[in-house]
Amino acid sequence: MSNRLGHGWGSRIDRNAAIGFTFEGRPVSAHPGDTIASALAAKGEWILSRSFKYHRPRGILTMAGQDANTLVQIGDEANVRADLRQVAEGMAVTPLNVSGSLRRDRGRIIDHLGRFLPVGFYYRTFFGPRRNSWLKLWEPIIRASAGLGTVSLDPAPRRYLKETRHCDVLVVGAGPAGLAAAIAAAEAGADVILAEKEPELGGALTYARFGVETADAARHLDALRRQAAAAGIAVLSGATCNGHFADNWLPVLQGDRLIRIRAAELVLATGAHEQPLIFRNNDLPGVMLSSAAQRLMRHYGVRPGRRAVVYAGDRDGYLAALDLDDAGVRIAAVIDPEAEDRDGLAPELARRGVPVMRGCTIRQARGGLHLKAVEVQDRQGGRTRLDCDLLVMAGGYTPGYQLALHAGARLSSDDGGTRFSITGVPDHVHLAGAAAGLSDLAAVIESGRIAGLRAAAGLGLAPAQELPAPVQAGWRRAAPSPAHPKGRDFVDFDEDLQVKDIENAIADGYRELELVKRYSTVGMGPSQGRHSALATARIVARKTARSLAEVGITTARPPFGPERLGLLADTTPERHRRTPLHAAHLAAGARMTPVGAWWRPLVYPGADAPEDAIRREIRMVREAAGMLDVSTLGKLEIRGPDAGAFLDRIYTMAHAGQPVGRVRYCLALNEMGSILDDGVAFRLSDEHFYVTATTGAVDRLFAEMMLQKTIMGARVDIQNVTAAFGAMNLTGPRAREVLERLPGSIDFGRAGFAFLDGREGELAGCPVRVMRIGFTGELSYEIHLPQSHAAGLWAALLEAGADLGLRPYGLEASRILRLEKGHIIIGQDTDALSTPDELGMGWALSRKKPFYIGKPAVERRRALGDKRRLCGFALPDEGNAAGVGESALVLQDGKPVGHVTSFGYSPTLGQWIGLAHVAPDQAEPGSRITLRGFAGAEVEAPVVALPFHDKDNARQEM
Amino acid sequence: MPIELLKYGLRRGHRPYRDIPSTPELRRSYDVVIIGGGGHGLAAAYYLSHYHGISNIAVLEKGYLAGGNTARNTTTVRSNYLTLPSIEFYREGVSLFETMSQELGFNVMFSQRGQLTLAHSDAAMRSFRLRAEMGKHAGIRAEVVDAQTVQELCPHVNMDFGGQHEVLGGLWHADGGTARHDAVAWGYAKRAAERGVEIHQRTEVTGFGIAGGRVTEIRTNRGTVLAGQVLQAAGGMNGRIAEMAGIRLPIRCFPLQAMVTQPLKPFLDILLSSSNLHTYLVQSSRGEIVIGGGTDPYQLASTRSSLPQKEALATGALQLMPFLHNVKLLRQWAGITDITPDFSPIMGASPLQNYWLDAGWGTWGFKATAVAGKRMAETIATGRVPDILMPFALERFARFELLNEMGATAAGH
Repeated sequence: MSNRLGHGWGSRIDRNAAIGFTFEGRPVSAHPGDTIASALAAKGEWILSRSFKYHRPRGILTMAGQDANTLVQIGDEANVRADLRQVAEGMAVTPLNVSGSLRRDRGRIIDHLGRFLPVGFYYRTFFGPRRNSWLKLWEPIIRASAGLGTVSLDPAPRRYLKETRHCDVLVVGAGPAGLAAAIAAAEAGADVILAEKEPELGGALTYARFGVETADAARHLDALRRQAAAAGIAVLSGATCNGHFADNWLPVLQGDRLIRIRAAELVLATGAHEQPLIFRNNDLPGVMLSSAAQRLMRHYGVRPGRRAVVYAGDRDGYLAALDLDDAGVRIAAVIDPEAEDRDGLAPELARRGVPVMRGCTIRQARGGLHLKAVEVQDRQGGRTRLDCDLLVMAGGYTPGYQLALHAGARLSSDDGGTRFSITGVPDHVHLAGAAAGLSDLAAVIESGRIAGLRAAAGLGLAPAQELPAPVQAGWRRAAPSPAHPKGRDFVDFDEDLQVKDIENAIADGYRELELVKRYSTVGMGPSQGRHSALATARIVARKTARSLAEVGITTARPPFGPERLGLLADTTPERHRRTPLHAAHLAAGARMTPVGAWWRPLVYPGADAPEDAIRREIRMVREAAGMLDVSTLGKLEIRGPDAGAFLDRIYTMAHAGQPVGRVRYCLALNEMGSILDDGVAFRLSDEHFYVTATTGAVDRLFAEMMLQKTIMGARVDIQNVTAAFGAMNLTGPRAREVLERLPGSIDFGRAGFAFLDGREGELAGCPVRVMRIGFTGELSYEIHLPQSHAAGLWAALLEAGADLGLRPYGLEASRILRLEKGHIIIGQDTDALSTPDELGMGWALSRKKPFYIGKPAVERRRALGDKRRLCGFALPDEGNAAGVGESALVLQDGKPVGHVTSFGYSPTLGQWIGLAHVAPDQAEPGSRITLRGFAGAEVEAPVVALPFHDKDNARQEM
Repeated sequence: MPIELLKYGLRRGHRPYRDIPSTPELRRSYDVVIIGGGGHGLAAAYYLSHYHGISNIAVLEKGYLAGGNTARNTTTVRSNYLTLPSIEFYREGVSLFETMSQELGFNVMFSQRGQLTLAHSDAAMRSFRLRAEMGKHAGIRAEVVDAQTVQELCPHVNMDFGGQHEVLGGLWHADGGTARHDAVAWGYAKRAAERGVEIHQRTEVTGFGIAGGRVTEIRTNRGTVLAGQVLQAAGGMNGRIAEMAGIRLPIRCFPLQAMVTQPLKPFLDILLSSSNLHTYLVQSSRGEIVIGGGTDPYQLASTRSSLPQKEALATGALQLMPFLHNVKLLRQWAGITDITPDFSPIMGASPLQNYWLDAGWGTWGFKATAVAGKRMAETIATGRVPDILMPFALERFARFELLNEMGATAAGH
């Protein structure tokens, strides 16, 4: 039998069209606009899932996506909220925690074993009989029964979008308060974004009832919508604001889009969350919040039941009863815990013939798969059974506190625990409407208007506003239901926790609210304590004889609602940068590899095996010329009157006196005297240095420089131009010849352009900065130029040098070339503790400068003596039989004293060579060190003086 | 069904376990006062009371029991560090976890499922090889595995992500596991309390009386107490507490953030992390995916979460397992980590004679709960720092005898 109400109900559905989907394999027809839950309810299907622990049947509770009862699986998507997700044609929906079918779930037996599963039972057992029994035996069983949905290992790909927006005022929630706030702020001239999680504007005005007459609310809704449309507000509907982060930085989720909003002023009109009551079997399908019943009727045109009992803990219960009566639901009784009519609505109910039972509470609900009856108890203990298939609970509200608490506000209660309010709201955040504790419609709208004006005042667009004292909210505390000896009175539906579980947790010694939560898991499920936090706090207060204020209320952490990881992640497929020469490398057949942030060419194999190609490239550099793409180097421009003094602080060598046109090595230390980075500084003019840095360290170095600039108060401008410049290193005995073949303004003659000189000029039509430096120990020129020119010059150089044997070479050859020269790579041959002294780089430490970062530590560590040294070694003639490699241990008396940091075969020397950290007394050339190969074999190797090749460094000065 | 639960179910009513006694009144004096009621402090109280016959102990906790970093960490237990002193120390820590449930009669759910750290770069492979070599030398299970073995150990991991972040191999640590963080603290608290140790929650240390190079009294919001010996084990508050005692610790605080998804049926057995992606994934016994990573880049003493870090963690998680894009995040949180220059803890003596330090635990404190507690208890009971703790002394910073664990602590915790 259909539960669909007639026309006039169901604002969200299109009755003229039909959609089909399946639930548990059964076909279900629905209207466009229906949610899965409303479509099933219209068909008379009320069970949506089984509960996580006891496998109890569960159905609609909030109809607002605020509970775990409605979680279902749709194809490859786990944990979809059935009361929010709109149906789509062909959607295959399956319930959770079911073995068999929803109606005949084999897991329901657990419901009868509850007495054997006390709160925290898993701490008491499951760790025997053996030491690893938890891992091998018990944990697999528990893991298999825990977990809600099933993650698909191959879900359909999805495209998520991210955008960032800025506004003067963000209003969260487009109920009457939010609309009024947005209108007031926009009319004052603010740029306003209004985010609403529901598909339409109006909030409670679209489903709730505010009085006997409904025309008044309809008129307000109309007026607010009209004014909002006219005020030029940017509206985001179906958009959930899911958190508040520092400085009003708020993520708003809209479908597959994450909109990050920076708002100068924020209005939280986040409404209120209606709270369920606690009584025996309060989780039966058919028991729902009054707002859920109203949403079903007004949004979806679904009759929530045939015969209802309404619990009126507050005025909204009476109003819901009027709605139900209007919809043709028979009302067995309205249950009011108060002895007298406080809301003035009793006469209207009497007129309609609806019986009201005063001074009563609900003792229990009865039913199997659905609610069949409610047992009511009066103050004298008399009990009445009322047959019904619907119990509507109006048990009071808590303000929508989550975002305010993320922002640093607190949730406080009065001493009786009857009202909760948000206090300590930070600057630039304003509360409005039900979130501010208001319930009277006129007061709600007025509070919104004032919040909007206060936001505008914060922007200087309106005079400062004082919020009038809030009108007393109509919320009353639900009278506690008498405890039922048989329990099944759920505090937390997600986690299947009953009152006794909370009480027992306290009795077990977990008396602090946070400990109760952690021990019992209350509030840890998908609803994150939305319905259980306050009930739990009350139980804790009662059981530990403290006030609610003393007990406190657990914190709220982002996110407000579930958010898909895909929305948060940066899923840009390209994660590594390309240098301006990337295309040229690909065209030359390079093998590319990501290194740090960049793609780099490893080797250009051509027709050769990679190992052969690497050796060929090394030979080429030693005998003719080669070219390496070094665009990935970090590059910094340092300008200003203090540029030299500034570099003197950052780096260990002297730069203030460095002549213009000269290039100097740079070594940066941290305050421990350990090596941070190295590079070179080219002085372009008195007040301008061009500085290079290690690829992976430049961002960190830049941040450090900015900090030091501030500390020093230095008059310098620092720019990280890493990506703006391309760079290439032309190296080898024929390098000069190649350059001299190209037209340009620079004299590359040996006399005019010496080692460690730098020149600016033009080369083959490109503006260039050229430095006579290199990593290979050969005659080298490092050419930096605007990245847009890089590919052109690269091609021109290769063409000019082709007949001299010039080809590009890759990173692998570069690593060996520098190893032959004993040059270190920061981060590979150094670690976080490396000092210049232990690397034999004491020459780079200025003795004259009174200060550079790390100097006091360097001197102290020098006085204490080296703990280790970096030295060169070569393997004996039989090659690398022991299987030594980078990271192999260096042993002394059988104990590790260091390790190999760099290692490779040198075709130039015809030998395996390497660098290793060793004990200080092993480091002198001629001594022998013991290395342990990866297979465990040990080998002795002689320590060799560095560099391995061209010991007097003659070749780079050619 | 285990017999314990049968017995429980057949009993009438709930007979409370009384794991944690209510906070009593502070007495005037104690043999030992432990500042910090987290895992470390409680473990020390347990070992003092059960192995050294010292039970006249007060554990002072500013908030609720084990509510600081014990409650916030992502529960990795492992020993695959880089330096020998660390490996030897954490190896003992892992072995204590292996028997902890039996020792405490409380299920701490230690699940030694193995930890796999992925390498996406040569540099990571080099660093893993060194850790594996050092680990083998020290007798722990740590080995470098190739890409194929990675796939066998974790069939769902994304191996190439469209040619980027290709998985080159990994560091497999079969000794690695996780445990239920709260249960570890509660188990120690329960057994310590049984011997008469007093646990004072909501008791904040506000200052010290110091004379003749000794702490003479400890001032709290609930009154002043005298103590023979004092142990400071205050997690993220260590720098501040030490300062009150006139001791400067080389500690900087960085927030460390983590998050969990909604519970899902099991699909990830091992502890998975990536040093290049700064991401860590483990599926808890409840089915939630716990996602963690490195600390925030800036110093801050705050437990507020941030959006950029959440986005970064999600990015790393989806690079490791792109199929998680539909999975929903449930909660995020942050802790304050106290980081030392060498990414190693500070344990042992302080400049004050009767004041002992257990600090600088950064992102690596949980796994050391048992061993730090045990060895600090030994230190306090005997007045002598055992050899295994000597390398972690505060004076090492003055001597620059540092333990470089930076590379071995980043994302794997």
